[in-house]
Amino acid sequence: MFRGLRVPGKGIRPSPNPARERLTRVGGRLKISLLLAPAVLVIGTLFIGGLYAALIQSLGYFPAIGQTEMSLSAYREVLSSGYFVDSLVLTVYVAVASTVISTTLAVLGALALRRSSGTVSAVVFQIPITIPHLVAAVGIALVVSQTGLGARFASALGLVGEPSDFPALLYDKYSVGIILTYVWKEVPFVALVVLAGLRGVAAELEEVAQTLGANAWQRFWHVIFPVIAPGVVAASLIVFAFTFGAFEVPYLLGQDFPTMLPVTAYNDYRSIELSDRPGAMAINIIIAVITALFAAAYLRLSRSLGRG
Amino acid sequence: MNVGKKRHNVWLVLAALVVVVPFVPLVLWAFAGEWRFPELLPTEFSLRGWEEVFSGGNRVPEAVMNSLIIGAAATAASVAVGLPAGMAMGGYEFRFKGAVIFLILLPILVPPLASTMGIHLTFIRLGLSDTVFGVFLVHLIPTVPYTAIILTSVFADMTGEMEEAARSLGASPWQAFRHITLPQAVPGIAVAALFAFLVSWSQYILTVLIGGGSVITLPMLLFSAASGNDPVITSVLAILFALPALVVLVVALRFLKGDDESGVIGLGKPS
Repeated sequence: MFRGLRVPGKGIRPSPNPARERLTRVGGRLKISLLLAPAVLVIGTLFIGGLYAALIQSLGYFPAIGQTEMSLSAYREVLSSGYFVDSLVLTVYVAVASTVISTTLAVLGALALRRSSGTVSAVVFQIPITIPHLVAAVGIALVVSQTGLGARFASALGLVGEPSDFPALLYDKYSVGIILTYVWKEVPFVALVVLAGLRGVAAELEEVAQTLGANAWQRFWHVIFPVIAPGVVAASLIVFAFTFGAFEVPYLLGQDFPTMLPVTAYNDYRSIELSDRPGAMAINIIIAVITALFAAAYLRLSRSLGRG
Repeated sequence: MNVGKKRHNVWLVLAALVVVVPFVPLVLWAFAGEWRFPELLPTEFSLRGWEEVFSGGNRVPEAVMNSLIIGAAATAASVAVGLPAGMAMGGYEFRFKGAVIFLILLPILVPPLASTMGIHLTFIRLGLSDTVFGVFLVHLIPTVPYTAIILTSVFADMTGEMEEAARSLGASPWQAFRHITLPQAVPGIAVAALFAFLVSWSQYILTVLIGGGSVITLPMLLFSAASGNDPVITSVLAILFALPALVVLVVALRFLKGDDESGVIGLGKPS
């Protein structure tokens, strides 16, 4: 306690948490740097270093094959090629569809479930969050394939005769299997964010609105929605960034052409032609820049939430 | 009130059913002997898939071993690195805190595939590609951020009053950390460790890129089975692959009892 007085705090900022403010004075700049150093070193070397390597390779820097001149030609080539545009359109479509469907279902689900047992709904929601995407993809595939559980039920109901009568939902141009897998995985994630909001301030405010005579729709639109909206937006930013850049599910359940951007980058990277490598890296950098923008938007939003 | 409660339970049951649906064919196929279209249930049950997977003469034991070793190593390293970072970010205010959090959060949202492809050439030059150690290193790209972020929320929730009391009674900073802070943080550290393991266990493409086919892990076997034509083997492998997630789930829920949602949000969504 008295230590804080002996060392006149430099840069003490007003903090809402008095306990944290005390810690601020004890913790010196050196101590904090040392605490952060290992994590910053690991992420700086492997992640930022890797991105830097991808960047210079996208510029055509390959000393191993005698290429040391850098240019933007890989970007020009990629951006003007039809397959990149098709791939980008598909990626944006899958990410937007997964995000919009997940968010809508999550808000509706959270509204329906907010008064049910917290523990039970936590278990139900935690399962899809914890299960690996690959397992979810295989399970969904066995449900929606043309000989899957869905087709068998359709057949039992007399809706289809042959497997081929059932719509192709895997490897299809609408990427139904991919989107279904993402929706199954991400709805609980968004729903938990919404539930946390609903069980906090919103519940009290809603009661006040109810006693003041607001109807159900008014209560939702004027009371609940403004409270949960920032959390919903933050969660959907995460879902968009993730579905935009994830590899496994589209690699397993996606069509052969066009493929989603991460799969396109991987295929180009594995191509025997070394000249495809800068293009693959250029796609990687484009994915990284887009997802980083979403990460920045998310962080900005969640920090302003923290302050408010 | 009673009617309202019932209606909420109906929704809960519906949600539970949707969550369970993908597991139904996995479990049925794993024990199916014969299951032709359009039968709703297998007409014969058998343990063929399990016998085949556990009979040896395949790469399953090797893959499970590799997944466990890499997962355990990545977990240990992530906690060692993430714990101090979590203490700093959760417990203190400092300059450039926003930038540091952004840096540490970034690998969760920017797919690690991009940096792994970029670093691949360097790994080849350093002799790290096609090795278990190299795969362990790239697994740290997603596991360290998850661990650090979870531990940040753990330390942010602590008030620091106990440490303060210990310090004013003459405890050294190390004693206060060792006897007060650390024991309080143990449940949070356990959750962070479990999720780090799960994130490593679930990695597919990073392992493929850096392992180059020399380092086989369970998701790689599952992937090739799923691209093939045997739903029985695929389902058995998928269930094996999902097991640690179910264990983590049970343990994590015990630790998170009470204030579950707020804890859960910090966990994000390992893939």
